[in-house]
Amino acid sequence: MELLENYWLYFLVGQFPNGPLGGLALTVLLGGGALLLAMPLGVLLGLARVSHARWLRWPVTALVYVVRGTPLLMVVFWAYFFLPSLTGHKTSQFGTMLAALVIFNGAYLAEIVRAGIQGVPRGQLESAMSLGLSHVSTMRHVVLPQALRNMLPSLVNQFVTTLKETSLGYIIGLSEVSFIASQINIQVLTQPLAIYGIAALTYFLICFGLSRLSYSLEARLNT
Amino acid sequence: MPQLDFSVVLTGEFRHWLVSGFLLSLELTAITWLLALPLGTAIALCRLSSVTALRWFGAAFVEGIRNIPLLMHLLFWYFAVPELLPTAARDWLNTHGAESICAVIALTLYTAAYMAEDVRSGIRAVPATQLEAARALGFGFLVSMRRIVLPQAIRITVPPLISQTLSLWKNTSIATVIGTAELMYQAQRVETASFRGIETFVVTTVAYLSVSLLITAAAVWFQRRFPVRAS
Repeated sequence: MELLENYWLYFLVGQFPNGPLGGLALTVLLGGGALLLAMPLGVLLGLARVSHARWLRWPVTALVYVVRGTPLLMVVFWAYFFLPSLTGHKTSQFGTMLAALVIFNGAYLAEIVRAGIQGVPRGQLESAMSLGLSHVSTMRHVVLPQALRNMLPSLVNQFVTTLKETSLGYIIGLSEVSFIASQINIQVLTQPLAIYGIAALTYFLICFGLSRLSYSLEARLNT
Repeated sequence: MPQLDFSVVLTGEFRHWLVSGFLLSLELTAITWLLALPLGTAIALCRLSSVTALRWFGAAFVEGIRNIPLLMHLLFWYFAVPELLPTAARDWLNTHGAESICAVIALTLYTAAYMAEDVRSGIRAVPATQLEAARALGFGFLVSMRRIVLPQAIRITVPPLISQTLSLWKNTSIATVIGTAELMYQAQRVETASFRGIETFVVTTVAYLSVSLLITAAAVWFQRRFPVRAS
């Protein structure tokens, strides 16, 4: 318990305010930020996946397959080594991880959005069209709002997945929960079980709570 | 843009490193799969059992493991658990490839928790009356499961299990954090030694992607060949 007393602040926020933000705060911020930024990308890619225009549908389908067939770690390495040469200046570990998570989750959200759109009864689309709405406003005002509502539980689940994925920041030295835990372990040396146990428990509490939320959302949507 | 030269990473020692990493990744996937499927099925049966204690155990196993990142599992099994072992066992572990053994343990538990849910929902998709009819005809619980419920459940369960296999294949890459010499580890090694970042990562990505696409193709084939019959 001395462990908790000495390191709780470091675990929660890293070296902040004397250094960069880290720890649990960084994990949550990174997970939330990545999902928020991936959302518009996912909606665009999802719309392209159900588009009638082949020149749009095929390349996006290929992109989604490529990203989904590659480990996230591979995407992280691509971002880590090539974002700097693309943008011309050094990218922070946070920026690297954020970029990798946005691209990766964009491809996964695209499939959730596609399923959501295809889950809206066809009659909705047809009646909107027959009322004289254009294809774009049919999508925007009739199909997407219903699809997004049905997608809500999947989105919360995706948030859980994203939070778990932020742990890969460990590999590029981003000071999120797993990295901080190993740092503490290096300093203390004698209590790896307690340290990794506490870190694991932290992930568990957040992710388990969120997955319960997703279940109750699902139950409410079904009634 | 520097000149691309794939021959550097595709010949000699570097090729040897990448190929050995690729083979170890495949091996990790195969061993984990063989261990995780029976374990996952057992956990699924626990969750469906009429014994409360077993149900609780199954639920705790699945929720406990799925809500913690795989990376934490790996760190835990590699850095924390060996400390609990007696010295002799730890020495044995260190001389017998602790990295691979810990990776297989962590990957097996993680994959089994996901497979358990796939198997459970497959079994639940079979109408309860099938089981009741079997029991009414005098079959025991295990026999009714084996002869009546499971054969029907397999058609429903195999597609998600195949996509779980795909996740497993991609997840083996995370074992690089504990120094398991699989493909991602070897890719980093080649990159550091050859300074050929783009070439190394292209080759590695293609290697991951080709196996992933094969697994995806298997899923498509299965769903065409064995569609779920309406009961």
